[in-house]
Amino acid sequence: MEKYFHSVTLDKEKCSGCTNCIKRCPTEAIRVQQGKAKILAERCIDCGECIRVCPYHAKSAVTDSLSSINNFKYKIALPAPALYGQFKALGKVESLLAGLKMMGFDDVYEVAKGAEICSAAIAKRIQQSDTKPLISSACPAVVRLIQVRFPDLIDNIVDVDAPMEVAAKVAKKEFAEKNHVDISDIGAYFITPCPAKMTSIKTPLGKEKSDVDGAISMLEIYGLLAGQLKGEAKEFKEERAGSRGVGWANSGGEVAAVGNKNALAVDGIANVLKALEDIENDKLKEIDFFEGLACTGGCVGGPLVFESAFVANSRIKRICDMLGTASDMDGKAEAYVEDGMASLKETVQPLDVLKLDDNRVVAMQKVQQIEELVERLPGLDCGSCGSPTCRSLAEDIVRGNANELDCIFILKEKVRFLAEEMVDLASKESKEQKDI
Amino acid sequence: MNDNVLYTRVYEVHKEDFAAAGEASARVKRKLKQIGIDAAIIRKIAIASYEAEINMIIHSYGGTMTINIGESSIVIICADTGPGIPDVELAMKEGYSTAPQNIREMGFGAGMGLSNINRNSDNMSITSSPEGTTIRMEFET
Repeated sequence: MEKYFHSVTLDKEKCSGCTNCIKRCPTEAIRVQQGKAKILAERCIDCGECIRVCPYHAKSAVTDSLSSINNFKYKIALPAPALYGQFKALGKVESLLAGLKMMGFDDVYEVAKGAEICSAAIAKRIQQSDTKPLISSACPAVVRLIQVRFPDLIDNIVDVDAPMEVAAKVAKKEFAEKNHVDISDIGAYFITPCPAKMTSIKTPLGKEKSDVDGAISMLEIYGLLAGQLKGEAKEFKEERAGSRGVGWANSGGEVAAVGNKNALAVDGIANVLKALEDIENDKLKEIDFFEGLACTGGCVGGPLVFESAFVANSRIKRICDMLGTASDMDGKAEAYVEDGMASLKETVQPLDVLKLDDNRVVAMQKVQQIEELVERLPGLDCGSCGSPTCRSLAEDIVRGNANELDCIFILKEKVRFLAEEMVDLASKESKEQKDI
Repeated sequence: MNDNVLYTRVYEVHKEDFAAAGEASARVKRKLKQIGIDAAIIRKIAIASYEAEINMIIHSYGGTMTINIGESSIVIICADTGPGIPDVELAMKEGYSTAPQNIREMGFGAGMGLSNINRNSDNMSITSSPEGTTIRMEFET
């Protein structure tokens, strides 16, 4: 496997070399070099902010095609609850699930049911743990953000698997038992609102191999599924999730489902960054649980959804009201928690991408050099050099990935200096000629 | 401590400058991550230095936060210009606070500050007089 798989990719042809993406990246993972953007693989967390902000659509997400489900004998669709908010006249969730099944799947298992199992597992962990606050593991972009920028908070991440993973595990187990088939013949495909989930399937954190076999973008199936929803409502006679599971699509849904009053939900990557700083400073030690979602509004605001986040958000609320809290998972969820279906076995490893050098003394010298450079740079953070801020240019220079003349202000100074030298030289020469 | 200081930096902290609260400790944190200090130690320094910085903003006339990084230890010194802590021993007690009401309403000043610094550092000392308070926190790395 590659060291870094990233769902977020760049189409160099479309890239104009503008600085929109470098400015918005929460981990400063993009540079513009030779007129084209470049994603630094070790820093990218696949949040998809650059996909949203690129005016030329040069950034996109690699996800699996619908036809890839044919790699497996049996196919199960795992719709994220955010999918429920994508359709205007959705009468019943049943029609959506039935329509999805008719697109070539043998079964559909709501990720919302997985979310209900996770909610029960998290509630239990909160009771057992002294660590405050425990941090949700649901948003893979946030988990990766912690790995890259807050390695000291890794121990706060709750060791409960993400709903998508738990749903895949349970769906495969139940399908195999019911139909007497081999688990390895079953492919579970997540219908995803975001690229981070795709990355999480290819290179999972906290487990060796993902239980999910692929991710299909909501945008890819949107048209087909909308077609399925036309005409008469179809029946779907499987166990169903209630509002607690479906509510996970919106920011605050996880906290509500966990049922802890002493919890905090924050959405939007910039806000999550601030909240993590606070947790790092022990400012939120009174809080039991922290839900941080990279996208504004929560998963309904993912970069791969059709509907705007606020519209989908209100639809999810309406659907939740309609469903009520009662769920077919009541009782069953706790049993699965007991079986360890939601447990994460391995811990997330920190990524030392901020470290300047393995040798501490050299690293300190580099910190010093960065400070001296920052003093010389104009401090405008204009981005013209291709680094997001003057400070990051200074870091790039010290790391050997850029040089001072990349700064157009320093370049201008240098040009002026050289021009003055030339003029000086020219006047000296003409004077000498006169003297002769 | 007989540790050679390899890197030193001084940050100014101003009285009641809540807009900049936490900036000095955030910069310290970033540097430590760049230098590659162990995550668990960074966490302790983050908590203690943030607490000390906020204390200076709330209680003091302002001062400086100095960070000295050596080969085997990190020392942070917060020195303000007054008005001093009347009873250091009392101030070290958990839950003890002299913060005025308007500060408490901002969510600060619940006490625990100094004891929290003490708990998170390997060695801590305070000297205080009306001319100023100096808190020295040492962390073994």
